[in-house]
Amino acid sequence: MNSGFILSWIDYLVMIIYFAFVLGIGWALKRYMKDASAFLEAGRSMPAWVAGLAFISTNLGALEVMGMTGSGMKYGMLTTHFYWVGAIPAMVFLAIFMMPFYYGSKARSVPEYLKLRYDEKTRGLNAILFAVMTILASGISMYALAILMEKVLGWNFHLSLILSAAIVLAYTYLGGLSSAIYNEVLQFFIIVVGLLPIVILSLKDVGGWHGLQQSLAPIVSHMPQHYAPDTWTTTWKYTGTAKANPLGVEWYGIFAGLGFVLSFGYWCTNFLIVQRAMSAKSTTAARNTPLIGAIPKMFIPFLIIVPGIVALVLANTPGKGFALPLNEAGQPIYDYTIIMLLKQYLPAGVLGLGVTALLASFMSGMAGNVSAFNTVWTYDIYQSYIRPTTKDKVSDDNHYLFVGRMATIFGVIVSIAAAYLASMFGNIMDFLQTIFSMVNAPLFAVIFLGMFWKRATGHAAFTGLLAGFFIALMHHGLTFPEGANTLVKGGWIAHLHAYPVEMAQNFWTAIYACSTSAIVTVVLSLLTKQKKSDDELKGLVYVLTPKFNEEAVPWYTRSTTLAIIVLLLVSILTILFW
Amino acid sequence: MGIDIKIPIGLMFTIFGLLLTAYGFFTRLDASLYKPSLGININLWSGLGMLILGVIMLALAYKSRKQKP
Repeated sequence: MNSGFILSWIDYLVMIIYFAFVLGIGWALKRYMKDASAFLEAGRSMPAWVAGLAFISTNLGALEVMGMTGSGMKYGMLTTHFYWVGAIPAMVFLAIFMMPFYYGSKARSVPEYLKLRYDEKTRGLNAILFAVMTILASGISMYALAILMEKVLGWNFHLSLILSAAIVLAYTYLGGLSSAIYNEVLQFFIIVVGLLPIVILSLKDVGGWHGLQQSLAPIVSHMPQHYAPDTWTTTWKYTGTAKANPLGVEWYGIFAGLGFVLSFGYWCTNFLIVQRAMSAKSTTAARNTPLIGAIPKMFIPFLIIVPGIVALVLANTPGKGFALPLNEAGQPIYDYTIIMLLKQYLPAGVLGLGVTALLASFMSGMAGNVSAFNTVWTYDIYQSYIRPTTKDKVSDDNHYLFVGRMATIFGVIVSIAAAYLASMFGNIMDFLQTIFSMVNAPLFAVIFLGMFWKRATGHAAFTGLLAGFFIALMHHGLTFPEGANTLVKGGWIAHLHAYPVEMAQNFWTAIYACSTSAIVTVVLSLLTKQKKSDDELKGLVYVLTPKFNEEAVPWYTRSTTLAIIVLLLVSILTILFW
Repeated sequence: MGIDIKIPIGLMFTIFGLLLTAYGFFTRLDASLYKPSLGININLWSGLGMLILGVIMLALAYKSRKQKP
């Protein structure tokens, strides 16, 4: 089926207005960019709600929207595990237990926290891996965007790539992190507003939630795997065994792999995410950032997963004329679900809004990566190894601002190169992305031990990171998901164990990596000498830091109250859709 | 830092709201345009929704500007 759109003048007008605002925000911020701190840390001045929406928006990139709608069609409401158990608990943990150390230590980045808590080499390892990883991620999302513009809008691939890179470069160069954050907030609103018509129209089409359940039952029971009729509209009900649900993972795998290792590894250590909370104006605002983000986060499934579930009904109802495009192997491309839904329901006008929402989320994803890259590059690599600070504060500030700006240009250029690399060797990029996703799980073990165990030492942390990464690599090389046809999916050393689905393999890779890293760090910490004195570790480790006092503020504005509300809400949602 | 983000958000959605409400109004008799959206004039409704969002944002921005001179 043809996935192309015919846009009318009104759709283009909406798109042009949106990008005028995006560039306008960058332009308006230009005069505030006086030093490196303003450019790279947004001057630590963001109100909690702005940082909170940016926090969630960074993660709501177009690849996430497209992927999750496709997963809604493939796995139904089980996809909500990526939100309710796979994100919210980790976000609450980050807010309550970790933000006081990240923010209070005055570290300007996650690698810098590692330097303060452990040592230089642990920071160096993390900074370099992170820098490479973000640029790669930015390149992959740029490539995906250009492909989308080519296929859906019929624009030239090279022109789309250069144009989107130019827009991203313009507003991050002008306004730095502030510009990226403000645009993420703008993007959050346009995504919600742009996709809401799809949710309403698609649900109305199948007769509401109840009608959706009824129309799904015959479709699901006729699948060859003998699923129960309500599998697509429940979350935990069929997770007793791996075979009873399309995700192919049982409840404890979901709980440990997704709910613990993967989500804590991602939300609590990824600088791209944590940077948003670090830009907040006070410790309280920094703690509230992930909590404020958690509230829209738990409702996003209704915006992007539910329409995906409706798509399954549409695809099985011949009169609707709905079908996904097929790849060379004749299999449906699930990532195109949201595109086909836009095409199915939206007339000119709101269609422009929907397409703009997708383009916006691609670009803000890139901008997020670039703004995290330039910070890590400037502070953790350039300032540490190439040109340390001098006595002259004013010329230093100017110099690092200049370096930050150059890093922005450099980051965008390398992203373009990575995008072309992805277009030539798609598999290699997939492989690299899988490998780098393994970096987060061991990092969580090391940062967690660092924050809550004062005995953990630098040598142990460094070795723990490497060991965790090595085990992840080995596990990926020795196991493979059933039916894998490329070495990118694993099994490139030997075929020791087969997992039913790729997801299960990813979960277990993360679990092994995280536990290995934790064990190695603990054992070596006991064997090596702690070089940092208690005084040096003040503000970095739980027991050595004066407890953050919330007594002074009224109970209803405390972070802990907000955290309880968030957990209560997510429990209600889980029970409602059990 | 510097700018109040509520102002650009409010302005943008007010413009989008006016634009789509007007477009929806002038195309209200075009049945073939609204065939995909189940006969609902989704432009008009989305437009009104965005107009409300935009005006609320601007009102909030005005309020917070008045509070701190």
